[in-house]
Amino acid sequence: MARDGEDDEREHLMVSGKALVKRFGGVAAVAGIDVEVRRGESFGFLGPNGAGKSSTMRMIACVSPRSDGELRVLGMDPETDGPRIRARIGVVPQLDNLDVELTVRQNLQVYGRYFGLSRAQVRAKAVELMAFAELSDRADDQVEPLSGGMKRRLTIARSMVNDPEMLLLDEPTTGLDPQARHLLWGRLYQLKQQGVTQIITTHDMHEAEQLCDRLVVMDGGQIVAEGSPSELIRRFSTREVLELRFAPGEQDGQLPHVADLAGRHEVLPDRLLLYADDGEAALEAAHARGVRPVSTLIRRSTLEDVFLRLTGRSLVD
Amino acid sequence: MSNWRAMWLRVEGHWAWYRRYWRSSLYSSGIEPLLFLAAMGLGFGSQVEAGAATGGFEYLHYVAPALLVAGATMSGMGEASFPVLSGFKWQKDYIAVTATPITPGQLLGGQLLWLGIRLGLSGAIYGLVALMFGAWLRPAALLVVGVGVLTGLACAAPVMALAAATYDEGRRFVVMFRFVMVPMMLFSATFFPISQIPLGLRWLTWISPLWHGNEIARAAALGGAHPLAVAGHFAFLVVLLVAGVALARKLFYRRLVV
Repeated sequence: MARDGEDDEREHLMVSGKALVKRFGGVAAVAGIDVEVRRGESFGFLGPNGAGKSSTMRMIACVSPRSDGELRVLGMDPETDGPRIRARIGVVPQLDNLDVELTVRQNLQVYGRYFGLSRAQVRAKAVELMAFAELSDRADDQVEPLSGGMKRRLTIARSMVNDPEMLLLDEPTTGLDPQARHLLWGRLYQLKQQGVTQIITTHDMHEAEQLCDRLVVMDGGQIVAEGSPSELIRRFSTREVLELRFAPGEQDGQLPHVADLAGRHEVLPDRLLLYADDGEAALEAAHARGVRPVSTLIRRSTLEDVFLRLTGRSLVD
Repeated sequence: MSNWRAMWLRVEGHWAWYRRYWRSSLYSSGIEPLLFLAAMGLGFGSQVEAGAATGGFEYLHYVAPALLVAGATMSGMGEASFPVLSGFKWQKDYIAVTATPITPGQLLGGQLLWLGIRLGLSGAIYGLVALMFGAWLRPAALLVVGVGVLTGLACAAPVMALAAATYDEGRRFVVMFRFVMVPMMLFSATFFPISQIPLGLRWLTWISPLWHGNEIARAAALGGAHPLAVAGHFAFLVVLLVAGVALARKLFYRRLVV
């Protein structure tokens, strides 16, 4: 019975890494992480640049052999089953690598053929995906002059040409304007509803909160925290944050007057953040002490606050 | 997926591109050698008397097979340089392709297969037009197209390896064109026989793949060559091709699987 349970568990694991290491020369970009991604979930890798997110993604995408540790993707070993795994996943790279000299339609058709689909299949698939990406009216236009948002949408559409069970999205919305970003998020949500597992790297905290059921925060090649966005906020931040904005350069001088009003604080170049469970009360107390900021804001804690703390950008008292 | 099928799918991908851009690409690979043939074979050749240096043949007959092979060599090396570097670096389509079940080795194979097909196509067009010029003396001259493909690929494979090992903007290719490709074209018995090259420098011609290709091409088009000599030239090109492919394969993996 226990065996069955274990197999069943494994069946639902899309990715399972143990003590996973990636070294470049002597430098460990990924320094021994454990990671599990379950079927159907949206899983995020967060972290500053150079944290090891993309290196991890490349190992999962079977284009980068691990230096040490264990890794199973779709229950197979990337080392020996690379092509078979790649046949069942979709990859959205950080930088678009479309064939810009071909048309939108050709990009989808040609790419689909690499997965072994028949000509009839890729013709139908291209039509379906162009509708999904709202590119049908540009079907036979060359890709080169399309906008950044359109190219990104096409890259995402292309990654789905093989009906992948899992999508790997490396900073999917970097460099897009808000409209394009929301359109993409909508599409990714739609895919999630269809049961497509998603692994996303980002350093946009808002995006992580929008898209991820569960995420890990990486820093220096290590995982420093793991959980759902709300869990992480509960665990690593307060309910509310009081932001005090002062004239430039004044926030350091004002800090001693307010530091004790919150368990933790953060001095940013343009403002002072006070982590308090009751922001309103902290603000009243600050006013009572004669502190007069230029402007104030009380808001809920976000993943950004968690991130600032965990990746060592914060002064922990 | 089998290697041949994967390579063929890559050819299909290139074909989608070629259908849109065949005019410009056909010009450089097919029409250029014809201009050479017109200028050298007909124009310049009218001033050359058939003699011992040309093996007793008219200059047009002497130069036509070598021009096909030289053209294939130049477009082979050209196609293996910046376009391949772009696959890694600018367009990054090699990165896109190897995210699919296609492996880096199959990608390289597809690249070579596609190049071979294009060299064959432009060689065939050249051959047809040269036929109208009266450049061919016997049916065996048909084999010259195959010699062009072999020589072009043998020269292209090491250049693809070089491209896979190039991380900068590829200035080394410009150097290679100037100091390897152009001298190779000029001093590989394309336009005049090796006997005109001073003995001390002749080894440079001997190591030139184009010379070996030219020798086989003339043997096919004009006849009269010793079979053993032809076999030797053939072996040289095959060894170069195999070594070049092996090196390129290694470097493709090194570049794409990191």
